[in-house]
Amino acid sequence: MNVGLEHYLVVSALLFSLGLLGVLVRRNLLVIYMSLELMLNSANLALVAFSRFNNNLNGQVMVFFIITVAAAEVAVGLALIVALYRKHQTAHVEDLTTMKL
Amino acid sequence: MDTALSILPWLVLFLPLLAAAVITLFTMNDRAVSAKLSIGAVCTSFGLSVVFIALAGWEPVQRELATTWLNVGDLQVDFGLRLDPLSLMMLLIVTGVGGAIHVYSWGYMRGDRSVPRYFAGLSLFTFSMLGIVLANNFLQLYVFWELVGVSSYLLIGFWYERPSAADACKKAFLTNRLGDYGFLLGIFVVWTALGSLNFSELQDKLVENPHALGAMTTAAGLLIFCGAAGKSAQFPLHVWLPDAMEGPTPVSALIHAATMVAAGVYMLCRVFFLLEIPGSGALTVIAWIGGFTALLAALIAVQQNDIKRILAYSTLSQLGYMVMAVGLHGPTPAMYHLTTHAFFKALLFLGAGSVIIALHHEQDIWKMGGLQKRMPVTFWTFLLATLALCGVPPFSGFFSKDEILAAALQAEHGSIGLFLLAVGVAVLTTFYMFRLVFVAFLGADKSEAAGHAQESPGVMTGPLCILAVPTVLAGFWGIDLLYGKVFVSGTEQAGKALTWWQHLASPFLHAPVAAACGLLAVLAGFFAARALYANAAQDPLPQRLGALAQAMRHRFYFDELYEATVIRAHDLIAAVADWIDRWIIAGLGVRGTHGTTELVGRALRLMQTGNLQTYAFLFVLGVALVLWFVLGK
Amino acid sequence: MHDLLFYLFAALTLVCGFLVVANPVSRNPVTSAMFLVLTIVFMAGLFVLLHAFFLAAVQILVYAGAVMVLFLFVIMLLDLKEEEQRKVKRLSLVCGLVSVGAIVAIFVKSLLATIPGTGRLDPRLEGATLPLGKLLFTNFLLPFEIVSVLLLVAMVGVILLTKKDLK
Repeated sequence: MNVGLEHYLVVSALLFSLGLLGVLVRRNLLVIYMSLELMLNSANLALVAFSRFNNNLNGQVMVFFIITVAAAEVAVGLALIVALYRKHQTAHVEDLTTMKL
Repeated sequence: MDTALSILPWLVLFLPLLAAAVITLFTMNDRAVSAKLSIGAVCTSFGLSVVFIALAGWEPVQRELATTWLNVGDLQVDFGLRLDPLSLMMLLIVTGVGGAIHVYSWGYMRGDRSVPRYFAGLSLFTFSMLGIVLANNFLQLYVFWELVGVSSYLLIGFWYERPSAADACKKAFLTNRLGDYGFLLGIFVVWTALGSLNFSELQDKLVENPHALGAMTTAAGLLIFCGAAGKSAQFPLHVWLPDAMEGPTPVSALIHAATMVAAGVYMLCRVFFLLEIPGSGALTVIAWIGGFTALLAALIAVQQNDIKRILAYSTLSQLGYMVMAVGLHGPTPAMYHLTTHAFFKALLFLGAGSVIIALHHEQDIWKMGGLQKRMPVTFWTFLLATLALCGVPPFSGFFSKDEILAAALQAEHGSIGLFLLAVGVAVLTTFYMFRLVFVAFLGADKSEAAGHAQESPGVMTGPLCILAVPTVLAGFWGIDLLYGKVFVSGTEQAGKALTWWQHLASPFLHAPVAAACGLLAVLAGFFAARALYANAAQDPLPQRLGALAQAMRHRFYFDELYEATVIRAHDLIAAVADWIDRWIIAGLGVRGTHGTTELVGRALRLMQTGNLQTYAFLFVLGVALVLWFVLGK
Repeated sequence: MHDLLFYLFAALTLVCGFLVVANPVSRNPVTSAMFLVLTIVFMAGLFVLLHAFFLAAVQILVYAGAVMVLFLFVIMLLDLKEEEQRKVKRLSLVCGLVSVGAIVAIFVKSLLATIPGTGRLDPRLEGATLPLGKLLFTNFLLPFEIVSVLLLVAMVGVILLTKKDLK
């Protein structure tokens, strides 16, 4: 079977859902964060696939930026986690409940 | 009729109400004043009635005095007084007999703690009864009908701390209510078909067009009879009257012997024109129910041992007679008997009350005895009343009973079956009444209390003597002629002055069979009673009759039957209604709403947990929903 | 050949991705981190298959080399013991599966329903460094500069957030 765009997109979707599952189910903050990165990666894959199959390089440029921003975001996010850990001595998401509506 | 004269009937009606109001509002703590007010009111009403009749005659020129009361759309109802011989005679009975009983009550109730409440109730009753008698339209009649029921409730349950009294007054009211329901339906039928509620108008309309009620003729008649069956305790609504003896004896005398129970018969005669429409089967049914009630009650009375109960069943039996008379197209004999019955039954009850007081509230006849020598006035008046009740000439009861028997025999509307029934009842009546007399008054003393009995004070024996007069003589006053004027099918003889002997002999001349059978019945009953009960120390019948006697003593188990069927069904319905109210209306309705709100609250609470993953989950759900809608699946 | 490689890399990516999230053997975050690294590497392979060579390289250099190392540093810093055996809440598992399943289903269904067209491949559009660099420094110069500022801001922010005491 010739591999086409939809195959890549399916892979991307599945990867995204795996990341989402991780965010919803795991309770260790760091693992949640890693799952979040997984979701980002899946988006990257989708963009590159679209870029390839639509003859447009803009997609790849976008992915470049996404990777950069993701790096920055990871740095800040981890700093936050460290700060939280210092305050509450826990990296367990169920213990962090001050963010109420 | 000039204004001064036309005020009199209004005064007669409202004086007792005024007395009741004043007693309730102002003198509830003063016995003597309350009693005087009440007695004064009723005696004044009597006096004013006499004056009015003397001045305006039995058939006043202006037959109605009315003021408009309700004017709603098509319906116009007055509050009015109808003045014809029927109502005027009833006025005299109610106020006259009522007055005697009011005076008697003062002696009887002297030791009681709530005398003012008693007299207030009595005055309220008098007002209500007068209202029934004077009403000129159905609606007013119904209102006062209910008022009489209320007064009866209040007076039967006068000694309300006694559970039996509380139950009895409830029973009376509820049974009456049942009858009144049918009555109301009947009124509705009449109104829908004929468009008016006023008696004169209705009578005129029916004379014009006898078939105005169409197919509903019999039904209307029977429904209206339901009201009379309730109030006058006919089968199957007869169960309340014996229990009503829980009230004080003067109350039994006034309400449940002379007046209120007679209201049913009065009402039937008042609307007789509705019942006698040609083609209506109502009167046949009424006659048979009346006859059956008479027989049933007489049988039960044979085995009762409480003096008031015997008299109560006797009342039931005589009411059956009256209703039967109405059913035989004889409203005149019915009213005649009602009048004479009022006199001698009230006398019987008052005499019983005198005995009860003298024996310190003992009511069992098997604990009395030998009272003839110790309470002579009571005994002789009681005996006179008994003779009248049994229909012994020349007492009043003879004439009225004879007319009823004659009506049963007449060719046009009579019935041999009912005649034989009536004669049988007459035998039983004499039997149980003389049983009562022999056991309670004659023979040896059957208890200590009987040995120490003394004659009652004058305030009680006075009314006894007063009532004895009409008991003996009412047969000669031409009351039946008076009533005959009201009903078109009146008497043939128009007001000829008769001598004493002619009057006495007339029943034998007009209807010899009836008169002869009546006399034979009396003799048979008397001798049977004497054989069994003269000098008897205890009742010989239970051994002889076994199961039948037991059934009689237990009132043929009607109460038990009603309890098992009607009461149970009613309780079941009430339980179902309670369940629905508790679980469905309160449960689903009120608490369901509450529960739903709570559930929704709990669901919405998830938004407040602070749990990151809950928020993420809700977020994802939202996204899924949006995607679903946007992608059009 | 191309297809075979695709399936291989795709399968490996998905398996490693699954093991990041739900490792039946160990709940240690370090394990998750390692598997994430592997996922990124296999994704780089997928990028190569899509002729995005530069991006594949960047992915491995930046993502696997820098970001994941940072992750591991923080894990070590926090000295997290193996996640205490708090019972996995069945409700949350079910809710997670249900909601994610819903999203996946919607995605896949819509994907398979519409087939985006594939154009002819232009050699100038190969994702080699030169074409990408040209695009980056001409059309996307502004975003490029802004991103660099963003990186500066992130650095400053990180230092601020992790200072022990702010007097």
